[in-house]
Order: sequence, then structure tokens, then C-alpha cells
Amino acid sequence: MLTLVTHLMTLVGVTSGSLDTIGKGLVYGLAAIGPGIGIGILMGKSVEAMARQPEAAGLVRTTMFIGIGLIEALALFGLMLSFII
Amino acid sequence: MTPAFLAVAFEKPTTKDFVWPCWFGHGVFCYNLILFLLTLVFIAFILMFVVAFQRPKMVPGKFQAAMEMGIEFIRDQILLQMIGPEGLGWLPFLCTLFFFIFLGNILEVLPGIGFPLNSRIAFPAIMALTSWVIYNGVGIKRHGLGGYLKLVLFPPGVPILLVPLIALIEFVSVIVIRPITLTIRLFANMVAGHLLLIVFFLGSYALVTGFPYVVGLVSGAFGVVLVGFEIFVSVLQAFIFAILTASYIGGAMATEH
Repeated sequence: MLTLVTHLMTLVGVTSGSLDTIGKGLVYGLAAIGPGIGIGILMGKSVEAMARQPEAAGLVRTTMFIGIGLIEALALFGLMLSFII
Repeated sequence: MTPAFLAVAFEKPTTKDFVWPCWFGHGVFCYNLILFLLTLVFIAFILMFVVAFQRPKMVPGKFQAAMEMGIEFIRDQILLQMIGPEGLGWLPFLCTLFFFIFLGNILEVLPGIGFPLNSRIAFPAIMALTSWVIYNGVGIKRHGLGGYLKLVLFPPGVPILLVPLIALIEFVSVIVIRPITLTIRLFANMVAGHLLLIVFFLGSYALVTGFPYVVGLVSGAFGVVLVGFEIFVSVLQAFIFAILTASYIGGAMATEH
């Protein structure tokens, strides 16, 4: 079964070097989905909060930046891993 | 290799772009551009505070007023919100963290030096290790070792059956993962920013020498926008490192409620 898969891959042109490249691309591509959605939701909610109560805008903005920092780290772990692979 | 429509070859940036040759010394005592930038940041950091506060006046001059605003920002937005009034002793530590990381990051967009200091993992790693030692030390000093572990591993209000799982997750999250995420957040942001700027500016240069040179102008203009974005990211990453450290210290100091 495994040899069949490797034969098929060689047929298509996927070598171990190009499998590395595919892996690198996949790692970051998949890692960026979650934080993208997360930051989108976060931004939407904080804009809504700032529009509902403009006096609290400073507090909401500070917490929003903390949230962005925490969430973006996850996407950047994927970027780092794609360099390590 | 040069594609057909470019006159100058464009080399993809790799991790080798972050390694610099030694100016003198070899092995562990290699003095290269990175240590030179560290010296610059060190001198600039000390000068910043000495010049502002050496002879403080009651009615401050411009530089003293600016530095006072910076320290008040850290005190009001970071310290008082995350730790509370009893943590005011940590203000020098948080100021040092914030300003050192900020100066190290802003080197990325300074003309002539286009290299952020925190894109070498040693600097964020040591700062994260210091924060780790401090927030665990504060917790152990305040609650004792057993009390601190109880505070961290067994948060109140957890169903009995889930306690072992939650304890394991909390241990890994608080003791193991936090310094790693602090390090990698700062490090990866700076590496990604540096690579972005390399790609955009060297790529614009390569595209401008080629056939449809307007593409190079457009990407160069967007590179300028990215420089503004990188300034924002530099300040933001310094702020996030400081505020997360303050949050961890505040969490370690917290009493049961």
C-alpha cells in the first residue's frame, strides 16, 4: 500500500524535496486559518463595543491589542515551523 | 536565477539573511553586527533615561516630558490595570522590558540599519526567561511553593472528575508554555516583518529593472506602507510583552476570590 503511494508520487513528480516544500506551504497555510477567523471576530466585537459605548473606547482598544498579540502568535508559530521544516 | 523579464536576479530571502559575519573574535566571542546593534541599543537606552532624568525640573522640558509620558503610560495602562497598586515596585522592570524591546524592534525600520535585534532568538528568550523566573518567584514568595502550585494547578470551581486533566493543562500552560510563547511571539513577529521588508524592497528593485517596471513602483509604494505597519508592530510587540509579563505577575500575586 505504502509502496503504491510512493510509486504514484514519483509518477506525478513529487520527490522528497518537493514534499518538503509542500509541507512548508501547508503548515503556514493551515496555521493562518484559525487566527484569521479569530482576529476577525475579535475586531468585529471590539468595534461593536466601541460603537455601543464610546466612553469605553480606550479600555476596549487596549484589550483588543492584547487579544491581537495573543492570537497572532499562533499564526506566527506556524510560520516559524515552516522555516524549521 | 534571472527570469526573462527581469534585468537583476532576485534571490529569495532565507534564514541565512539573519546571520552576520564576525568583525573580530571567533566562536562564542564573535562580535558581529548583532552585537554592535546590541551595543547601540544599550547606549541609546541608558542615554534616554540619563538625559531625561539627570536633572529633573519641576516644569519639565520636552524630552523629560516625553519620557515621563512614556513611563506614565506603562504605569497606568500596564501596571495599574494588570497588577494593581501593590505592584508599583515592578515599574522599573516593566519599563526596562518595554523600552529595550521597543528600541530593539525599531532598529528594523531605521535607515542604514535594517535589522531588528529581536529577530535573533537569544534576546527574546532571555527576556522571557527573566519574566518566567520573576512571575514564578513572586508567586512562590507570596504563597509558598505548595500554595503557589495549588493556586496554579487547582483553580476554584472545577468539577472533581476533571481536576487531574485541568491540573495537567494548567501546569503545562502556566509553567511550560508561557515563556515559550512570549519568546516566539516577539521573535516570529520580528522575523516575519524583516522578511516582508526584504521581499518587498529587493523585489521592487528587481521588478523595476525589468520590463513592466510599473509593477515595481507599486510594490515599492506598498513596501513604504509596510514600513509604517512594521513601526506599529514594533511598538505593539513591546507593549504586548510588557503587558503579558504584568498580567502573569498579577496572576501570581492574586489571592483566592
